[in-house]
Amino acid sequence: MSTDSGLGLQSASRQGREPTSLRLILTLSLAGLLSGIIIVSVYEATLPTITAYQARMLREAVFQVLPRVTQSQRLVWRDGTLIAKDAEEKGEAAVFGGYDAGGNLVGYAIPSAGPGFQDTITLLYGYLPGSRKIVGMEVLDSRETPGLGDKIYKDAAFVGEFKDLAVDPEVRAVKRGTGSAANEVDAITGATISSKAVVRIINEGNARWLPRLDAGG
Amino acid sequence: MPTSKPDAYQEFIKGLWRDNPVFAQVLGMCPMLAVTNSAVNALAMGGATFFVLVASSFLVSSLKRWIPKQVRISTYVIIIATFVTVIDYSLQALLPAIHKELGAFIPLIVVNCMILGRQESFASRHSIGLAVIDALGMAVGFLFALLALGSVREILGNGTWLGLDLFGPNFEPWVIMVLPPGGFLTLGLLLLLFSWLAERRQKLAERLAEMEVEGT
Repeated sequence: MSTDSGLGLQSASRQGREPTSLRLILTLSLAGLLSGIIIVSVYEATLPTITAYQARMLREAVFQVLPRVTQSQRLVWRDGTLIAKDAEEKGEAAVFGGYDAGGNLVGYAIPSAGPGFQDTITLLYGYLPGSRKIVGMEVLDSRETPGLGDKIYKDAAFVGEFKDLAVDPEVRAVKRGTGSAANEVDAITGATISSKAVVRIINEGNARWLPRLDAGG
Repeated sequence: MPTSKPDAYQEFIKGLWRDNPVFAQVLGMCPMLAVTNSAVNALAMGGATFFVLVASSFLVSSLKRWIPKQVRISTYVIIIATFVTVIDYSLQALLPAIHKELGAFIPLIVVNCMILGRQESFASRHSIGLAVIDALGMAVGFLFALLALGSVREILGNGTWLGLDLFGPNFEPWVIMVLPPGGFLTLGLLLLLFSWLAERRQKLAERLAEMEVEGT
């Protein structure tokens, strides 16, 4: 064996120039594992603060999506009827009843969530049972594409579509300028998926809650 | 590489001016243009990037011996993405209003090429101390650039700075400055200013050298 190859072998083993595939897989797995542990612990540590903030924002948004409302009450569906319940319970869906100054029911604020273009979109919309109309919509949480998908809450024209919207037979998103029916929403140009996601999330909320509200409200 | 004091000082100061990530290297343009419509947003984005860059450089430099070079980029990305997720959740818990304003741009710090660039070209080849100093300099330089852009755009486009009203009620804001075109406009002008200053300094140095030659 020549001196040259001997030196080459030595430097190769010292620098790890040709590590085995096993070592590569192990390195990446270890990095992924550690990363996962860190992310989960940070998630667990920040979760209480984040949920508390979101709950507060949700309560404030009730007054944005329902007109002339001065007080709200959290309502849950139990045993075929709506009952007032303030304490939150994991996995239990709730709506908010909105009341005017005289204590009369104005409408309901319904939270609903579903997949958007990138991540879950959480929104709240106001529903008037008397006229069966949606009178306001606010996106609470979303990660849609900046400049395109985020128009679902930044574009005043799109948000305005939900100020007077019939829920029967169901809400539909149509191409801008083609729809004028009471249950049709003009989708945002360049953000059709996000627009349709908002409409789908509202329809899912309607399917879950409208029969209950009409029966138990 | 010697770690003498002037060397470390140079590594720090180069990120601020000569190799400024924005004005000299023109890196990290996506967050640069997108979130600098106000000084507060610029500060928050600069702070988040600061944390991610310094923490990643520290970790990459400490682990460089154990990372096989075939999987180094993937490992760097895992490290960077972990820190980005940490800062994402922390901002959401501590500063929810700013988190909502920055929205999707916080997760997008992962793909800020300035950060990966520092790992590949500096942190993976130098000692922990130098890597951290380099990251500090680059991060402060990036923060400075973001703040410069954000301040110009907020002052002209909104008449305020960090939320403070500057000109009173008679000021007519240049709305275009807080919109995307204002970002390009301001960045172009700042790049121009930066190159002009750099050129002037170079000419000055040349003239000094000439004078020395004539003098001897």
